[in-house]
Amino acid sequence: MLITVIDGVALGVLLFTIALGLSLVFGVMDVLNLAHGVLFLGGTYVAVAVLGDGGGSIATLVLAALVALVAGALAGAGLSLVTRPISARGHLDQALLTLGIAFVGADLLSQAFGNEVRSVSPPAALASSVGIAGGSYPVYRLLVIVVGLLLAVAAWYVVERTRVGALVQATVADAPMVRALGVNTTRLVTGVFAAGAALAAFGGVLGAPIISASPGVDTRVLILGLVVVVIGGLGSVSGALVGALLIGQAETLGVSLLPTYASFLTFGTMALVLLLRPAGLLASGRTA
Amino acid sequence: MTAVTTPVPDAQPTSALTGRPSGLTSRVRRDLVVGAVVVLVLAAVPFSAPPEIVNALSRILALALLAVSLDLLVGVAGLPSLGHAAPFGIGAYAAGITAKELTTVAPVQLLVAVLAGAGMSAAVGWLVVRSRGTYLLMLTLAVAELFHVLAGRWQDVTGGTNGLVGIPAITLWPGGDPVRLAGYRYWYVLAVAVVGFALVVVVSRSAFGRSLRGIRDNEVRMSSLGYSAFRLKYTVFVLAGAVAGAAGSLWAAQARFVSPTDLGFEVSALALLAVVIGGRGSLWGAVLGTALVFYVRDEIGPLLGGRGQLLLGLVFIAAVFLLPRGFAGLRLPRRRPAGASS
Repeated sequence: MLITVIDGVALGVLLFTIALGLSLVFGVMDVLNLAHGVLFLGGTYVAVAVLGDGGGSIATLVLAALVALVAGALAGAGLSLVTRPISARGHLDQALLTLGIAFVGADLLSQAFGNEVRSVSPPAALASSVGIAGGSYPVYRLLVIVVGLLLAVAAWYVVERTRVGALVQATVADAPMVRALGVNTTRLVTGVFAAGAALAAFGGVLGAPIISASPGVDTRVLILGLVVVVIGGLGSVSGALVGALLIGQAETLGVSLLPTYASFLTFGTMALVLLLRPAGLLASGRTA
Repeated sequence: MTAVTTPVPDAQPTSALTGRPSGLTSRVRRDLVVGAVVVLVLAAVPFSAPPEIVNALSRILALALLAVSLDLLVGVAGLPSLGHAAPFGIGAYAAGITAKELTTVAPVQLLVAVLAGAGMSAAVGWLVVRSRGTYLLMLTLAVAELFHVLAGRWQDVTGGTNGLVGIPAITLWPGGDPVRLAGYRYWYVLAVAVVGFALVVVVSRSAFGRSLRGIRDNEVRMSSLGYSAFRLKYTVFVLAGAVAGAAGSLWAAQARFVSPTDLGFEVSALALLAVVIGGRGSLWGAVLGTALVFYVRDEIGPLLGGRGQLLLGLVFIAAVFLLPRGFAGLRLPRRRPAGASS
């Protein structure tokens, strides 16, 4: 039981890496980035390519994370470039464009890495287990939780306590006004897109030993990420974290207690939040 | 629905006396003639085409009805949905389970599927139509995907990831012979699809449809005129779900197999692509768009050795950049985008 709860926290912090990018891109640019799941999947394949089947060392894991961060940031900047020309045409066209890019990206990944499930073992130094509450628990997952929570704190600090973060929040609330005050929102949006994408790809590397890389992972994490954004509220770091931890619990506890009805639990959580707090639990004040 | 006789702003020009669009009769006559010719041509297909083609056409008709119902939502009412496979797939499951457990009579299956699609949309719509634009896209996608996961896990009812197998052939009336020939089954699918399409066209051209366009183009003005935006949107959401459920029953009748993929993200996305390629709000464009999209996926895709997804992705990108108004836009004057920013 406790093990399952900890597993849920591990899944939750992984979902956080996806949801934060989705939420900020959505918030500052009003774009539903359907290619976000592919960025995560790309990150897991980076781990597959760099770590190999053997697991590698901590150094190679760090290398994989750096590669994923850079590649993710470039991909995110590219996405923001291609969606900008059609930003006047409404949400649907932008969403469809990112969906097309997601299809192409998923196809290229499955061409490069095959359709079978590619699992990655954690670095040998972290492959052991520690005893918790009478059971043993993999050290790597604990590390994932620690890194994820550190990320959350860092992201919270950047968004809530720095000048750039204040600009991002202001753009979420009222983009035309921020432009009118003379801020280059184009550059800001590209930056947010790149940072969100880099975070998703980093999450992919981090999660590779937990969620094995295979086609279909992209859609799954994208959907769960969307649910987290709905629950947490747009453009809010703490909202994304709370939502991600909630859904992480709903998914793992639900699957272990009521396998059939687990998706009802996830859906029920979302429906309840929508009914009681339509803008999300910790929203920055705007629904659409 | 108290104010439906008020002329609607931003709709087509209306006659001051009747409050109805001027030139309606000649337009209706032209559409009826064109429609009758198209239906006759489609009905003649089984006489000259091999069964594989007829079956492929049956599938496309079922999916076209799905796309048309989605167009009512996206193009006419301005409610972009990325989860329209949910009422479709639930309708298909409902029809398939009815066929296995209750009766092989197709109209009964159709009715059950319509009720299932409408019921699901009524439950979900209550929550989601309060939002708009990108948020609505996200919500519909999330909800539909949860149903997708549920269909894969709920072994006892849906057969899990193996799908619902062993659906018996339909009969047209109680005690009738099972319809096994591709041609007869096609005619049944065609008949239901034509009725469904006509229903959507009538709804879209009614006062209700014009109110929906009003909501799409200027919700604030419609609200200040006394229309309940929530009630209009909720009604069209349930209606579109009912038609999608009907399309699902056609799918089950044709394929005699329902799997979780049928209510998955890909079906929703392809239906939306069909609507966009066809031209939002044109309805007939959605039918053409469906034919093109599923021809690409099912006929050209396999020829490329499993690269169908790549091709579809490129079609998506090309459709967004090259055909912003769809096929219909190649001829019609420019209109405001369906999901004009909020």
